[in-house]
Amino acid sequence: MSGMGEAPNAGLLIVGADLVGAGQGDLLMRDGVFVDPSEAGADVERIDADGLVALPGLVDLHTHLREPGREDAETIATGTLAAARGGYTAVLAMANTDPVTDTAEAAEHIWALGRRDGAAEVVPVGAVSKGLQGSELAELGLMARSAATVRVFSDDGVCVTDARLMRRALEYVRAFDGVIAQHAQDPRLAGADACCHEGELSGRLGLPGWPPAAESTIVARDAELAALTGSRTHVCHVSTADTVDVLRWAHRRGIAITAEVTPHHLMLTTSELTGYDPIYKVNPPLRPDEHVAALREALADGTIAAVGTDHAPHARHDKQHAFIDAAPGMIGLETALAVLIETMVKPGRLDWAGVAERMSYEPARIARLPHQGRPLTIGEPANVVLVDPQARATVDAATSASLARNNPWHSRELPDPVAATIWRGRISYRRGGS
Amino acid sequence: MRHLLSAGDLSADEITGILDLAEEMSAVQDRPVKKLPALRGRTVVNLFFEDSTRTRSSFEIAGKWLSADVINISAKGSAVSKGESLRDTVMTVGAMGVDAMVIRHMASGAPWQVTGWVDASILNAGDGTHEHPTQALLDAFTLRRHFRRLDGGDLTGRTVAIVGDVTHSRVARSNVLLLRTLGAKVVLVAPPTLMPAGIETWPVAVSHDLDAVLPAVDAVMMLRVQRERMSGGYFPTPREYTISYGLTRPRLESLRPDTPICHPGPMNRGLEISAEAADAASSLVLDQVAAGVSVRMAVLYELLGGAEEMPVTRAHEVLA
Repeated sequence: MSGMGEAPNAGLLIVGADLVGAGQGDLLMRDGVFVDPSEAGADVERIDADGLVALPGLVDLHTHLREPGREDAETIATGTLAAARGGYTAVLAMANTDPVTDTAEAAEHIWALGRRDGAAEVVPVGAVSKGLQGSELAELGLMARSAATVRVFSDDGVCVTDARLMRRALEYVRAFDGVIAQHAQDPRLAGADACCHEGELSGRLGLPGWPPAAESTIVARDAELAALTGSRTHVCHVSTADTVDVLRWAHRRGIAITAEVTPHHLMLTTSELTGYDPIYKVNPPLRPDEHVAALREALADGTIAAVGTDHAPHARHDKQHAFIDAAPGMIGLETALAVLIETMVKPGRLDWAGVAERMSYEPARIARLPHQGRPLTIGEPANVVLVDPQARATVDAATSASLARNNPWHSRELPDPVAATIWRGRISYRRGGS
Repeated sequence: MRHLLSAGDLSADEITGILDLAEEMSAVQDRPVKKLPALRGRTVVNLFFEDSTRTRSSFEIAGKWLSADVINISAKGSAVSKGESLRDTVMTVGAMGVDAMVIRHMASGAPWQVTGWVDASILNAGDGTHEHPTQALLDAFTLRRHFRRLDGGDLTGRTVAIVGDVTHSRVARSNVLLLRTLGAKVVLVAPPTLMPAGIETWPVAVSHDLDAVLPAVDAVMMLRVQRERMSGGYFPTPREYTISYGLTRPRLESLRPDTPICHPGPMNRGLEISAEAADAASSLVLDQVAAGVSVRMAVLYELLGGAEEMPVTRAHEVLA
């Protein structure tokens, strides 16, 4: 304790929250950690949380912050503000910026910008290959040793297709307990043009198809390579029932392979594409109902252990092309918890402990983040999201904290759960507040 | 009719109306003076993001014979690489106050997107591998004429084989939709690699055996094989394609006499169609081209001719 006697150091007291669904309790935070609530003084700042659920601050394994390079689409400041509004206290910033995060210097730059501008912890993801070119390893070890302590490596946006490079990357990061997060897409089966789930609709709409096998075959290969190397691999944005089956098979064999699913793949389907609106263009593409159902089931039973938003902001003009030419991706940090409540909590597939597990504890474990995804107990880092389980609202893209407007949830009515987010004991977002 | 985007948007009555009007329009082609005043003062822009001399010329002639002001804009290359968005391009043209945009684009769905950005009537002149509704209309026009001459009937109950690269063919998609609406049966013939995903859900019969199909059909439509497909691994060699799926001379002889042969052009003689078939008495290839102008006149008239503030005389009154 700094003992400065100023008001902030009296701490923040959350009164009467349902603690991760386990029953009501109080949370007192001081100097960024939880302390014994009975020590709360009279001058403590209080939040009445009656009727609210307290969850550990959410951790997003998959965020595109676009800075450096495309600050017209998103910045670290605006992206983390969107994260805070969505209940997140940490985001992993993907490496496909310009320049690519493929050196210790680049990683430290993003880490430093996060410390300066972030409304949440910004954890750089390092590229697997130099320049995301898929031919030579990036400086994985130096990124790991840097101030940014990179543990997650990914060429996300493109697949590490070369089996030998993938094998070497997996072996190499074992030295510092790293993980390779794969964007699973065989480019020979689903090339750059592929933009619609291959099936009845792609045939009818005349859009280049993206078959599920382009994902599941890479995941099967990577599982074998993880087994071969005794290393950890993680599958980004799983989109198909086929991949879920491969993951189950790999888990039965004890292979260290984890996976994430995006909120949009849990709710939106291929049928959104009938109007050719590029808002619904995303990679991997939206899938039909049977895949959505399989993804929900896999998230419920833990086959897919984490949610990753793949928050992908784009400048407006990059979405104003023909569907095939438009930039793929959609934003999702602010609405992720809402979609999880709608698709998983309300139908009884996950309880609050399950949400905490999938959106906080497990992402933090996968990324080896020591100060995130921790229980709401004394001595732990004070990262909390207060959830209002009843509130609903119609999403308005114009009011987003993100700079981007490629928001597929616009004009849809969804839960509006985030009442407040607290990062390191300080309020990073409060509904209706300043 | 506000726009013409998909052949599937047209009812049987609407199709018949367009084909009947096109019959009247075709009479203009036989006149020494080919102008009708119907669309005087109306502006039609042919906005082509992809080269197509024949389709553009056909629309241009159709517009001019109806006295519309026709402007051709080649927007090829003004796509993503040059930085201008599709939205900017079409809004720029739209801001000039045009009445109709005839759009050809290499991307499926582009004309649908455009309807959200401009007030003009949008006419789909071919979008990617999706649709080409005026091609389907001109094919129906050509075949209807043929059957009327042959036996006084129309397309109802006829069996039409569409042969070739269905996956990448906007002609095939629009023809399937239009022919089904008109009550014809469609058989698609192609190797499995050139059949679209989900073909089993289409209201058509599917075959990989052209020889088995031909003797029973009332008309054959051959599709062009794009050069890039030959290197794309869709079939082993052009030779194998021709032997398996080409309208060769022996196959021509296996057709019932008077079975019409259509091809949207341009033809790869010797690949999907033999010279004998292309030049056969039963080949309607040039009739299709002539029909293209009549049908596009009819469609432009349907889209632009009805405005009440316009002092237009209905085309058939002029012709009467």
